[in-house]
Amino acid sequence: MSGVVIIGAGHAGSQLAVSLRAEGYAGAVTLIDASDVLPYHKPPLSKTFLKDPAALPQPLRAASAYDAAGVVRRKGSVTAIDTAAQRVTLDGESLPYGDLVLATGARNRMLPDLLGASNVLSLRDLADAERLRDALAMAHSITVIGGGFIGLESAAALAGMGKSVTVLEAAPRMLARVAAPETSARVEDTLAGLGVKLRLGWTTQNYRRDGDRVTAVLGTTDELSCDLILVGIGAVADTALAQAAGIACNMGILTDAHLQTSAPHVWAIGDVAETPHWQAGAALRVESVQNATDQARHLARILSGAALTPFRTVPWFWSDIGPLKLQIAGLAIGADRRVVRDDGARLAVFHLAGDRLMSVETLNNPADHMIARQVLDSGRTPPDAVMVEGAAAMKAWLAQG
Amino acid sequence: MPTITFVEPDGTRRDVSAHPGESLMAAATRANVAGIIAECGGSAMCATCHCYLVAGDLPEAEALEAETLEFVAQNVQASSRLTCQVTVTDAMAGTVLQVAPR
Repeated sequence: MSGVVIIGAGHAGSQLAVSLRAEGYAGAVTLIDASDVLPYHKPPLSKTFLKDPAALPQPLRAASAYDAAGVVRRKGSVTAIDTAAQRVTLDGESLPYGDLVLATGARNRMLPDLLGASNVLSLRDLADAERLRDALAMAHSITVIGGGFIGLESAAALAGMGKSVTVLEAAPRMLARVAAPETSARVEDTLAGLGVKLRLGWTTQNYRRDGDRVTAVLGTTDELSCDLILVGIGAVADTALAQAAGIACNMGILTDAHLQTSAPHVWAIGDVAETPHWQAGAALRVESVQNATDQARHLARILSGAALTPFRTVPWFWSDIGPLKLQIAGLAIGADRRVVRDDGARLAVFHLAGDRLMSVETLNNPADHMIARQVLDSGRTPPDAVMVEGAAAMKAWLAQG
Repeated sequence: MPTITFVEPDGTRRDVSAHPGESLMAAATRANVAGIIAECGGSAMCATCHCYLVAGDLPEAEALEAETLEFVAQNVQASSRLTCQVTVTDAMAGTVLQVAPR
């Protein structure tokens, strides 16, 4: 028995490695990581890590946790998969596998015009965050391209460090693709209060350059000079290895509801996996810590001999933008109606598709978020009046069954 | 470095040297204390660092911690804490926490 080989040691790969043993898996477990840094939490990289020059990455778990689980950590990169022979090529060495798990994650999208510029950075892994933190020492004026989670979290952190920060967003509001207008408005007000300049509906016409540096972004009516540009325009799944091996891919590596790819004994989890989603009724790639770790635990049970059951969890996300904690439960797929409770300090937005609750967004409002996860898991939808009333009312409604 | 004792779900007592300024969760994770999953890394999202305070005195929980516990964590008691939300100080030496069942 050749055991489980896991490619990628992010949140998903690391969780799977230790969960296999916790579920009673008896074979060998090999975790292949491109880096030799102990697998770490990614979310703090756009927040606390940037602010503290001495901050170290926060390990997901101690080295002793892998040792105790008998997980062999290998540094290197896999260059090929032979699904027929059940072998991978790791830096020239051929390794057999009983089951192979692709947890290769995603990589940042970059604007083609800005490739190769020395003062244009993006943020995903520790190396990115270290580059950005180093560059900040010499940069005062920073332009963030993209008003999504990473861009806005970073903008708030950078403003808090005294930097002059401008965020450029093509859409008419920040977080346009992931949050309700009510949420966007509150986030925009808060960022403005931190001194972040927001340019909505922005169209870049060109860039001004000095050697390999970009010194200004030119819009339709004005130009914004900058020392540093941070690009946060989303990510694409890292499917190259799978595609080269003939494994079916779309936006990500396609899996069935049990996380199995088109190749026998090959599975995919985390940001890279495009998996049928119970809420959406379609295959989706979900980029989140929760999705990565829950898929890892689900697959650990399957590989340890449990019955094949579909992966089904209520997705949840969070984003800490300065003093705001944005929390999202569920996916607002097909939503056509909102119920909003706004009491000034806190916000709750309920997205419904017809009569069915799909997702709940909250700001500085953990009670509603936590109960929303349980409500969504129940598959039931509270009456509007209960959602408007508050978390305690939802808890009581849920308990009534 | 204050020593904090974590009682693991199976009753094993683990004495952990904590660094002032880090969270109790971070200290427990570093020592691989069983039952401290710390999935969200300290954002009060997952409640997988939930412990009961057995001995010692900790600062009151703020709203984020209190609400998260009230509305998510299973087996909540009056002594429940999210250890990710508690910053270690020297005065916490001798604190004993029992890892909550999940």
